[in-house]
Amino acid sequence: MVSFIPSDEQQQLIDSIRKFATNDMQPAAHDADEHGSIPAAVLNKGWQIGLVPTAIPEELGGLGELSALNGVLAAEELAFGDLSAALAILSPALFATPVTLYGTAEQREVWLPGFLEAKPPKTTAALLEPGIFFDPHHLKTTAVEADGGYVLNGHKAVVPLADDADVLLVYAHDESSGSTEGFLVNKGTAGLSIADGEKLMGLRALPTFRVSLDNVKVDAPCRLGGAVGSDFNGLVNRMRVASAALAVGVGRAAFEYARDYAKQRQAFGAPIAQKQAIAFMLAEMAIEVDAMRLQTWEAAWTLDQGEDATKKAYLAKTYADKAVMQVADSGVQVLGGYGFIREYPAERWLRNARGFAALEGIAIV
Amino acid sequence: MAIDFKIPEHVQQQADMAKMAAEFMMRPVSRELDENEHARPTAFAENMWPVMRDMQKKTLDRLSTPPDAEKKPERQSTSNLRLMLMIEMLSWGDAGIYLCLPGGALGGAAVEAVGTPEQKMRFLKRFAEGEVPAWGAMAMTEPGAGSDTSAIQTTAVLDKATNEWVLNGEKIFCTNGKLALEESDGLVIVWASIDRSAGRAGMRPFVVEAGTPGVKVTKLEIKHGIRASDTAAILLENARIPADNILGSPEVQREGGGGFKGAMATFDATRPLVAASALGIGRAALEFLKDTLSENGVDVPYGQPYHKLTAIQRDVIEMESQLNAAYLLTLRAITLLDQRQPNNLESAMCKQKAGKVVTQITQKAVELLGMMGYSREWLVEKWMRDGKINDIYEGTGQINTLIVARRILGYSSKELG
Repeated sequence: MVSFIPSDEQQQLIDSIRKFATNDMQPAAHDADEHGSIPAAVLNKGWQIGLVPTAIPEELGGLGELSALNGVLAAEELAFGDLSAALAILSPALFATPVTLYGTAEQREVWLPGFLEAKPPKTTAALLEPGIFFDPHHLKTTAVEADGGYVLNGHKAVVPLADDADVLLVYAHDESSGSTEGFLVNKGTAGLSIADGEKLMGLRALPTFRVSLDNVKVDAPCRLGGAVGSDFNGLVNRMRVASAALAVGVGRAAFEYARDYAKQRQAFGAPIAQKQAIAFMLAEMAIEVDAMRLQTWEAAWTLDQGEDATKKAYLAKTYADKAVMQVADSGVQVLGGYGFIREYPAERWLRNARGFAALEGIAIV
Repeated sequence: MAIDFKIPEHVQQQADMAKMAAEFMMRPVSRELDENEHARPTAFAENMWPVMRDMQKKTLDRLSTPPDAEKKPERQSTSNLRLMLMIEMLSWGDAGIYLCLPGGALGGAAVEAVGTPEQKMRFLKRFAEGEVPAWGAMAMTEPGAGSDTSAIQTTAVLDKATNEWVLNGEKIFCTNGKLALEESDGLVIVWASIDRSAGRAGMRPFVVEAGTPGVKVTKLEIKHGIRASDTAAILLENARIPADNILGSPEVQREGGGGFKGAMATFDATRPLVAASALGIGRAALEFLKDTLSENGVDVPYGQPYHKLTAIQRDVIEMESQLNAAYLLTLRAITLLDQRQPNNLESAMCKQKAGKVVTQITQKAVELLGMMGYSREWLVEKWMRDGKINDIYEGTGQINTLIVARRILGYSSKELG
């Protein structure tokens, strides 16, 4: 039966993360962006929410509840707090979720129990590649079968927390299957090099890196899903839904701030929110945030039904990519000159919003 | 309760039946009725009458059953959801013909929303029985009063000697006004002021039945679109109606808007239905566009990166996601109604979005189909003309934006005019 009212459990999840986002993430966001690092306290508290452990299969000690819907509810709230910190907090899922969904029994047993610990294992995933015209289904990074294993060659970009990662899930074009597959690459493997931190327009608090693979040799069991491989399209759908959910959070942050600002900022003897020119912008922002959210929920719900969510996930993301820019831009506009000043958060949200269309695969539900 | 997008099977089946009706009863006469403005979709009305009549009968039966007799565990109603999907499908068939659907329509909705049980029985019975269709209508707009309903000039004065209201004024843009007043045993809800000095607080809806002396349809508008639907001008000259044909209290309460405010709440129920009609037209145009493109070798892939799409593919994807956004906003407003939750904000949001989206989608579809889109040989140009009204009636896009703005800011109409 159709309903847009979250269950009690869903509402608890929303409320607890919203509290964290408001009390811990938002106050830290400005300095984190300026200094290029997220406070450890925020990351620790974010991990304690327990999003990834919930999704770990029951037989390995988790709760076995990999719910895309819960994932988007959480992602919106985290991004409402701060997009950089949200991506860092969600980054363990970049590794854990593909392994949960498509890993061999051995891969799951080796890697997943670690995510139930007080601190998550240091992992990440590398999908994006440097350059323009990125297509996740036609990667330039290659994996060629050799000596009973694989040889990886290529370059990766915007890999979150790569400098710190003990293991990377590297996506590459598998020459034998002709599709994109994941490969588990340990830190220190010969030919794997991690360059200096990437300099981006937004997401400045999130450490991201270029990664190069020069004849990196991995054993056959390091291929995600072993001989069977993985359903990469399914993973892309989950990445797109995650991206859309994060966009909703950024859009909502920009909208709520602009709304509150417009109600207190006086001009011509009254709050500027009492002018239709401003009020109508705010109304459009509110509608677009809801439009983004409902499409994201629908796509996530479709994923949870086990149905093919390719179209829904794609439409939700393309819509959110555009809408979040409009909303974030309006957020700057409503603040006028203050919108352009880095002391205020509006311009940061605009810089962060631009990332959604430009980046792919930096989060997953 | 949990977030859920599952349309119940029995609701979907009804929607599928409406689609069949749309395909076989509406599409074949769509062009003909558009070209012959003011002709009547008689066959459609006669075929749909038993369906609409029985639906109305069910709601009246429920009214006359003592509440205890059918005390079921609290379950979410699906009546608004069914209505939404039916209207969407019928408007996919033809939005102008859909508006000729017999039954109480907006007039009936007003009676349902604010009428007493006695009034509901008395006025709605005509839509629940009989062999010939009857229509209801709503008359609010006047030549000098559109969105600003406080400017309404029509007056209602109580003649205590005969215990009748005496109505005087001129109403325009009344959908189905002629069908309701002159071509069936129908009724029109006429908005009039019982106290001009009280502004909005003095405004009341009155039930004017077919055959009332002093009521005359003076004109049928010649329109841009929805030409199968009549838009009437009505003159009220000393039209006398019984005292208890007033909906809501006859007392003027200057604080809190009085009966007017309650009656305006009917818009929360009707706006999502206008949005549903917009969705149907948008869906018709988008489906036709995609089919036609496909026949001409252009398919639209979902999942491709932006740089691998042609301009036309990008346009179609944009149209599709916009339509889905409008659909989900409408579905939310409707679901809240079925859950008996407040939906004033959500209903204004969906109406604003759907009105805008149908306008953009249909205009784009004509553009992308070139001279054939512009030709009256195909229906696309008609859908563009039909779609636009959804951005205008039941509150223009701007009025609905204003409502959204007031709600999100917590402002009254005084604070944000």
